Amino acid sequence: MPVRFDLMIDHLTIVAVATAFSVVIGIALGVAAYWFKYLERIILGFSDTVQTIPSLALLSLLMIVFGLGNKTLIIGLVLYALLPIVRNTFTGISGLAPHLREAAKGMGMSKIQVLVKVELPLAFPLIFSGIKIAVVTSLGIAVMGVLIGAGGLGYPIYRGIQTRNSALILSGAVPVVLLALIFDYGMSKIEYMLTKRAKNKNEKERTTCETNLSA
Amino acid sequence: MTFMAKNSGLIINETLNHMRLVGISTLFGLMISVPLGILLSRRRRAAKYVLALVGTVQTIPGLVLLGFAMIVFGIGSKPAIVVLTLYAILPALRNTYTGITEVDPGCIESAKGIGMSNIQTLLKVELPLALPSIVGGLRMSVIYIISWATLAGLVGAGGLGDLIWTGLATYENNFILTGAILAAVMALASGALIGLLQNIMTPRGLKVRR
Amino acid sequence: MIQFENVCKRYGKATVIDDLSLTVEEGQFVVLIGPSGCGKTTTLKMINRLIEPDKGRIFVNGSDITRVNAVALRRTIGYVIQQIGLFPNMTVGQNISVVPKLLRYTNAQCDEITRSLLQLVDMDYDVYAHKYPSELSGGQQQRIGVLRALAASPPIVLMDEPFGALDPITREALQEEIKKIQRKLKKTIIFVTHDMDEALRLADTIVFMNGGRVVQIASPEEMLRNPKEDIIKNFMGKRISKVDYNSLLAADIMRASVLKVHKTKLTLECVDLMNRRQVNTLLVVDDDERFLGIVTIDDIKKHGRAGKEIGDLVSTETSVIGAGDSAKEAFERLVDSRSGYVVVKHPNDTVAGLITKTSMVKAMAEAMWGEQE
Repeated sequence: MPVRFDLMIDHLTIVAVATAFSVVIGIALGVAAYWFKYLERIILGFSDTVQTIPSLALLSLLMIVFGLGNKTLIIGLVLYALLPIVRNTFTGISGLAPHLREAAKGMGMSKIQVLVKVELPLAFPLIFSGIKIAVVTSLGIAVMGVLIGAGGLGYPIYRGIQTRNSALILSGAVPVVLLALIFDYGMSKIEYMLTKRAKNKNEKERTTCETNLSA
Repeated sequence: MTFMAKNSGLIINETLNHMRLVGISTLFGLMISVPLGILLSRRRRAAKYVLALVGTVQTIPGLVLLGFAMIVFGIGSKPAIVVLTLYAILPALRNTYTGITEVDPGCIESAKGIGMSNIQTLLKVELPLALPSIVGGLRMSVIYIISWATLAGLVGAGGLGDLIWTGLATYENNFILTGAILAAVMALASGALIGLLQNIMTPRGLKVRR
Repeated sequence: MIQFENVCKRYGKATVIDDLSLTVEEGQFVVLIGPSGCGKTTTLKMINRLIEPDKGRIFVNGSDITRVNAVALRRTIGYVIQQIGLFPNMTVGQNISVVPKLLRYTNAQCDEITRSLLQLVDMDYDVYAHKYPSELSGGQQQRIGVLRALAASPPIVLMDEPFGALDPITREALQEEIKKIQRKLKKTIIFVTHDMDEALRLADTIVFMNGGRVVQIASPEEMLRNPKEDIIKNFMGKRISKVDYNSLLAADIMRASVLKVHKTKLTLECVDLMNRRQVNTLLVVDDDERFLGIVTIDDIKKHGRAGKEIGDLVSTETSVIGAGDSAKEAFERLVDSRSGYVVVKHPNDTVAGLITKTSMVKAMAEAMWGEQE
């Protein structure tokens, strides 16, 4: 059974492109939901609904509109990846302690500056965890791309099921599962480091406060 | 409309089929995950490994699992139900576990301290307080299963996926639209319905505030 | 009656309870107190078998508690904890009647119990019985926590820092209520706290623990008067009288910085000095700093001439006391003396200081209220 590196690269490329789009769109929507209270329900509701729609249903509906091919798959993946990123961006920012925001404003930062210099960096560990979920989910769902004429590791799996050839299924399935596990593991490690760093910073701040108090 | 009229029997049949697949595997999933979740809440060290293992299974794409299940169990409902049950387990299991482990330790200490046995503590305190979380897990399980059940058509288990497959194979958009929209509606409706259930099952004392 | 007999408990290598023997009489309000990690909470939790001892035996009313089923035992012992731990899914009424329900009391009995208990803390049944814990304030929640512990009329109630998380005003109100309840219902209460004020206010008997051992068992009064070890004194802080009035010495109540002049100083110099320092008396000393007597401004005015040595004018008619004499005696001399001061001398006759009315009052204030700012 040949290892289909070409298909793996195809698969990864599709997921990477989709993730890039969903990160940009997802963070933007998350910020919009936070900035504009009236958009909160619409944006979070929309990404929640999209996630609920069965993937095959969503992809085939998209195919009717956009036709066969990688483009349709990428659109589908972007839509799927939105929810974790939007939600985590939104909760990450709105969960920040108000005093940080006030301090930043008090130093004379504009709304954009507060966002870029304070809110997004502090919310980043949580946003990153959303991106991780998006990537791992996308790797799995991209397999379905074969059904709407897109490339990637779905092809050998689908052919294998049709011909009842387990070797062929495995040649697609093993790389997909490995990729998902590797990304899950690696990104969890990074996420852990990010959160730990953030926590350490907070801890340090707290101890200085306490020392000042006791002094 | 003529399409609908012509194929109404098929559509209704596959919708019911889909519901049957989802219903059965949800039931199996709950029967496994709730007791297992309770057990894990008593064995916290083992819980970490079990949850990690089940989480790993969850990352395997549905298409792959389905393919293997077909090779092992043959064509029909059986491989589909096995795979869907597996998918149903994780969210319900994780939520049962976290729901119970997140019950205020003060409540559990009081329960023990005033003389509740372990089983009374579980039934009167832990489970009622974990119920909203468990139902939340159930909601996620059902939504997942409705989604993956659309693939069941591939292994000859029928369901709404069959309509979509037919459409994809014959470039008949009406089939695709019908199957996809029905599946989406089913997922959204179940999500909303179980969300409502979750609200009802949340003890009133957890909702009211001073 | 609760008895501990040579009870030990260790976690790994750490000994939490070290050969503890203790007897609590029926109807007593016993407060366990000590620094954190002293084993007070462990001691408490061993009574209702939430923690089992490694060695030794515990008796409640004469019977070894390990002979009784732990669950059955706990139903006969009330239990209140700092986190309150009301069941949020149950109403106030349901929370109170949890134990009666476990003991299969009828609904009517449970309702009756709820009514009478709520009355005990002045909470109206109709207003509160059907509320949920989340609708109550912290103080009200802990009142219900206490009532829940009392519901099945247990003769013994265990309380683990029950008021520790409440604000001071609420805490005081609840302390009063629990004391009232204890007197009225004649419960045996074992109460853990790290707050000495609370212990002094509530206890019939205070058990002070440290390092898993009992340091002292005494009534509040006795513990205040005779704290056995420094750690208890530290815990008492300012409440304890740091000074034993009988052992107070003249040196303790004097002012040490006084204006002394050598006998060869000339009169005008002395007048100038007195003017500058705003005093009317000088203590005169010889070459060896020994006290010779005093000179007042009046003496200088009456008998002094410019250029004369001050030594010739000293008056020896002053009250003098040794630094090692008792403060009480110094006080008596001060009252008797017309001058309003007593000179304090060291045994070698050098000047130690001066006791004035001001220095006396200051020293007494310090003895009573501690070091003043």
